[in-house]
Amino acid sequence: MTPPNNKSAPMVDKATIARQFIEAIPYSKALGMVLTEIGDGLAEIVMDYNPALVGDPQTGVIHGGAISALMDTCGGAAVMSHADAPAGTATIDLRIDYMRGAIPGQAIRARAECYHITRSVAFVRAKAFDEDADNPVATASGAFTVERLK
Amino acid sequence: MKRAAPEPVQIVKQRRDAALAALVGGVPYMQFMGIGVERRGDELTATMKFDEKLIGNPFLPALHGGATAAFLEVTAIIEISWAMLWNDIESGAIDVEALVAGDLPRLPKTIDFTVDYLRSGLPRDAYARAKVIRAGRRYASVQVEAWQDNRDRLFAQATCHFLMPNRNDG
Repeated sequence: MTPPNNKSAPMVDKATIARQFIEAIPYSKALGMVLTEIGDGLAEIVMDYNPALVGDPQTGVIHGGAISALMDTCGGAAVMSHADAPAGTATIDLRIDYMRGAIPGQAIRARAECYHITRSVAFVRAKAFDEDADNPVATASGAFTVERLK
Repeated sequence: MKRAAPEPVQIVKQRRDAALAALVGGVPYMQFMGIGVERRGDELTATMKFDEKLIGNPFLPALHGGATAAFLEVTAIIEISWAMLWNDIESGAIDVEALVAGDLPRLPKTIDFTVDYLRSGLPRDAYARAKVIRAGRRYASVQVEAWQDNRDRLFAQATCHFLMPNRNDG
């Protein structure tokens, strides 16, 4: 993900830029992702239940692939919102652990934190929940690139 | 000792194709993603047809990392499910009509999934093949590779672990 070159934008607008950018991503839009919180290396994205994203029609549970996509987007958003991230980011690697199937009919909420950033690499942790905020559906950890402004 | 005559090719193929179609056709998310699976013998190749909605970076443009991850994961799940069913498909023990009617056996569940992004995904069709590295009674390890134009230039790869369904409870 690389936002349009916007060197003149002040830092305060970073969250707004990130929000607009993420909500304009075709794949995030197709999955119905809505950014609900962003700033200081933290991001939260909600994805509504959608029958088109089901992996097992017998249970109606959302496919792991859709959860991965949510985790990836949320991780990228967290990196972009970090004060030390100059521009866009791309995923280097992402590991997702699945704790349980998300309850059919419930929205999935992912929260990602960019907990460390160097000049080249951003490190991210994320968790995804349905309406049960005490039992995560999945957790993730990943490394993302730190893109330089040209 | 005389071997039993091999089954006619069309019967074997019909059973394999019906089993695969039942596995793939039952997954709404695969239709949403435009992912199809082709078979040669027991070897499966998944294709994700390019579509504008798979874009993650409109400025490059490039496929969304989440779309790539989902493609790899779908491919791995189909492969491990296919491998699990293969012997029963071959022996004819599997009830293909029940499969086609949507009555699938319990399938492996993903425990974890690790994806490496090797280069950006171009706005065109992508292909993937998975390999079951080890399938135990309870756990399985699967590797999956994805490429676009050149088989040797992977744009992503992944490793997945699966929890195998209990075979004793039907």
